[in-house]
Amino acid sequence: MTEIASTVANAPARAGLSAAGSAAVVRLAAPWIALTVAFAILPAIFTSGSALTVLSLMGIMIVFALSYNMLLGETGLLSFGHAVYYGLGGFLAVHAMNTVIHDRLPVPLPVIPMVGGFSGLLFGIIFGSVSTRRAGTVFAMISLGLGELVASSSLILRGFFGGEEGVSTNRTKLLHIFGLNFGPQIEVYYLIAGWCVLSMMAMYALTRTPFGRMCNAVRENPERAQFVGYNPRVVRFIAFSLAGLFAGIAGGLAAVNFELVNSAEVGAAQSGLVLLAAYIGGIGSFIGPVIGAVLVTWLEVMLSDVTDVWQLYFGLLFIGMVMFAPNGIAGLLMMHAPLWQARAYGSMLRLALAYLVALAPALVLLAGIILTIEMTYRLSVKAFAGTTMFVFRLALDAASPMPWVAAAMLIAGGFWLFRMTWPLVGAAWHDAFTLARATGRTR
Amino acid sequence: MTAPAVELIDVRKNFGATQIIRDVSLTVPTGERHAIIGPNGAGKSTLFNLISGRLTPTSGVVQLNGENVTGLPPHLINRRGLSRSFQATNIFPRLSVWENIRCAVLWSLGYKYAFWRGIDGLADVRERTEAILTAVGLIDCYHVQAGVLTYAEQRALELGITIAGDAGIVLLDEPTAGMSVAEAAHAVALIRKVTEGRTLIMIEHDMGVVFDLADRISVLEYGQVIASDVPARIKEDSAVQSAYLGTAA
Amino acid sequence: MLELVTISTLNGVLYGMLLFLMASGLTLIFSMMGVLNFAHASFYMLGAFFGFQISQIVGFWPAFVVAPVLVGGIGMLVERYGLRYVHRHGPVAELLFTFGLAFVIEEAVQMIWGKGPADYRVPAALDFSAFTVFSTNYPAYKMFELITAVAIFAALFAVLTRTRVGLIIQASLTHSHMVAMLGHNVPRVFMLVFGVGTGLAAVAGVIAGPALVTQSNMAAALGPILFVVVVVGGLGSLGGAFLASLLIGLVQTFAVSVNLSVADVLGGIGVAPPASGILFDLWNVTVAQIAPIIPYLLLVLILIFRPTGLMGMREH
Repeated sequence: MTEIASTVANAPARAGLSAAGSAAVVRLAAPWIALTVAFAILPAIFTSGSALTVLSLMGIMIVFALSYNMLLGETGLLSFGHAVYYGLGGFLAVHAMNTVIHDRLPVPLPVIPMVGGFSGLLFGIIFGSVSTRRAGTVFAMISLGLGELVASSSLILRGFFGGEEGVSTNRTKLLHIFGLNFGPQIEVYYLIAGWCVLSMMAMYALTRTPFGRMCNAVRENPERAQFVGYNPRVVRFIAFSLAGLFAGIAGGLAAVNFELVNSAEVGAAQSGLVLLAAYIGGIGSFIGPVIGAVLVTWLEVMLSDVTDVWQLYFGLLFIGMVMFAPNGIAGLLMMHAPLWQARAYGSMLRLALAYLVALAPALVLLAGIILTIEMTYRLSVKAFAGTTMFVFRLALDAASPMPWVAAAMLIAGGFWLFRMTWPLVGAAWHDAFTLARATGRTR
Repeated sequence: MTAPAVELIDVRKNFGATQIIRDVSLTVPTGERHAIIGPNGAGKSTLFNLISGRLTPTSGVVQLNGENVTGLPPHLINRRGLSRSFQATNIFPRLSVWENIRCAVLWSLGYKYAFWRGIDGLADVRERTEAILTAVGLIDCYHVQAGVLTYAEQRALELGITIAGDAGIVLLDEPTAGMSVAEAAHAVALIRKVTEGRTLIMIEHDMGVVFDLADRISVLEYGQVIASDVPARIKEDSAVQSAYLGTAA
Repeated sequence: MLELVTISTLNGVLYGMLLFLMASGLTLIFSMMGVLNFAHASFYMLGAFFGFQISQIVGFWPAFVVAPVLVGGIGMLVERYGLRYVHRHGPVAELLFTFGLAFVIEEAVQMIWGKGPADYRVPAALDFSAFTVFSTNYPAYKMFELITAVAIFAALFAVLTRTRVGLIIQASLTHSHMVAMLGHNVPRVFMLVFGVGTGLAAVAGVIAGPALVTQSNMAAALGPILFVVVVVGGLGSLGGAFLASLLIGLVQTFAVSVNLSVADVLGGIGVAPPASGILFDLWNVTVAQIAPIIPYLLLVLILIFRPTGLMGMREH
């Protein structure tokens, strides 16, 4: 997906333009400047205390998810154990912080994520030398096994992993620079935002290198990559190590943010979370994991307030995306890129209208599913709380048949109506693209 | 006396108990255009796989420019100056045409695994990619995803990837397969142009193409070379005629 | 000592058999359909919970029959409406689908039965000691598990080698396209194999549930070990899966009963212990403590020295 957009952006010298030149530099730097500005003013827009916490979490998750996509999206390596490098980065960072505090070393806090990065790189190299011998399904299983190995070791190596409680620290006790002690969340947010922008730039730059291009080639056709002179194992190994580096930075940021690291950070749940985030956002583009990280963090925070079984909804969302939108949210947006390029605004509007029409019954269907799930939960595990409950601010009794009948009707009716709208959407899509093709801008 | 570009000495390849390639010895001097022909199942693609490192010989020696490369993996053989195309198009489907060729030029230009240099600023990469694309006639669709190209365009891309690394020895596996007469003629002209000064080994079924391009022809039947000579004499060879060519009606 | 060895061997073989009940289904599914069913251990868990719930209503023996059939039925539905649909998006999507499925099943089980262990008991009919090995009573229920597992394998072997369906399945394992060309309904065979494979895992769950613990984290605990078994055995090889199941079953069982630590061995010959830090932790750790991670250590070793597994074929 990135390839089409990026190769058009980097048009060859054929047209007589050189790749350097002030216009190109501005075009290159503009998105990053905009991003930095956006990160800087976000706290001014979302002013509540919890918003700052969520924004900080998003920043960490963005770096983590982007590092994961270096493996999956760029190089085609599906890992179920990426949290190892995140967690180990966090542990080393927190130990470093404690050492700095204990020995009064002149090391300021902003440098600490680098320790995480170094740790991630080191373990990426060590474990990568074994993991990247195979690719595909076997690599996935290896990553799972290694992840379990490290997570289980946490109970044995209690000194390093701190046992069940983990290892804690105090980020305000490091060397203060510019009068900042990083106690307030706003200061931590800017630290995270800064590292996030730097990491994003670095990871994006990596995709624009010979190595980055060959990662894509190895993903597409490892055999052909061999026949143009590259050893796919080496490419994968380097990708793995660098992905570990950035995961470690994310882990270091988490250590600074929470002032606590425990063995859950290297565990399967954390590995699964970053996989979900990257995939839901879209592994086929650079921006996908960013979208996914933001969305998943927001859902995690918001949904857990609304319902106890938010993780079930998460899983269902994930399965839904795997089945119907395997290119993620970014992929869904990119599908419309040709329309945008052809400036077919009228068609896009009509398409959006068709989407809205299809959305209504889809929401009805969704309501029915949510109702069913919440009532099932209420009747089984949460039975102690009684059978009256509130769903969408409406009171109902889960033990009576009425809500169940209603749920069944919502699901059946919603699904039936939803299906009826598919031809409508299909026709709008077809019209839009025919028009776009006719104007000659797409192929 | 320079070493031949490709030399096979008593190469044998077994799959389980079945002998696919039986004690094949072949010498291709530098700069020669050599065609390998033979009936289906004779082992021609297997021979290519043995030369290019995709398969390891059960016994025997494969030499490239005098150097023993038997058993080396494909990427090491490629780095020693041999490049091959595939009968079933073997491109990078979701990358653009431009990207496909660009990936193929990187190693030969010495960039290896460089993750510290931006690729967009590398003029030599850009120029070579553009030159290759122009040579194979795909420069106008440089931005198109390779997977959606037409069959003929994909074959052209396949050829482009093969020659992009500036290899001295080029192996082409049925380059005109599936092409119409006009397309094949165009392809032949292209092949002749881009393999100027290089060693070419070609598997082909189209006899017109073979007799047009080849300096020498080897005939493979049941994993053995039954004849290896200039085209004129191959045409007359009775063993070849009974195995493959057939006699004139 | 001999008693310990005998008991551990019996338990180890039993554990290995249970692992193989699951690994065999997993291998069949992988060989036929090219997808590694990440949710396989989840069907094991479903078998245990369904077995528990049904046995609460009608008793253990009906549950023993009904639960695996139900779970196998769910498996078939999953294949028909889920996996078959996702197939068009490629192998990564297929694997991720099963991954998402595992996640959802775990959450659903937690939602319905909670996070604690279910009171799934050994049926009264089998709640006695079968025989006494030296001074330990060996439970009859464990013998029942062993016999059931062996019986199922015998049946499976017979079906695969002596029936028409079995022959088709064997052929589809390596040449599904050809089998389809010959007029067999390969998608239906896939559905059947997926259903049987998950049903086998469910049987393991139904019979292991009372003996081990029946809890919503059982899939997450056993899943990774299962994958280690198939990778160590060699992806796609039933024989390798068998060997690896037994190996891991025995090793883990023996390890748990060994309380030796590095301190015991090296300290016994007079080496001084390290003062603190990681070496200190490693010094005092016993073999029993590292028993859970031994399969993963084995995985790493196999990957270094024999990447295709014990009896593996080339990668698909």
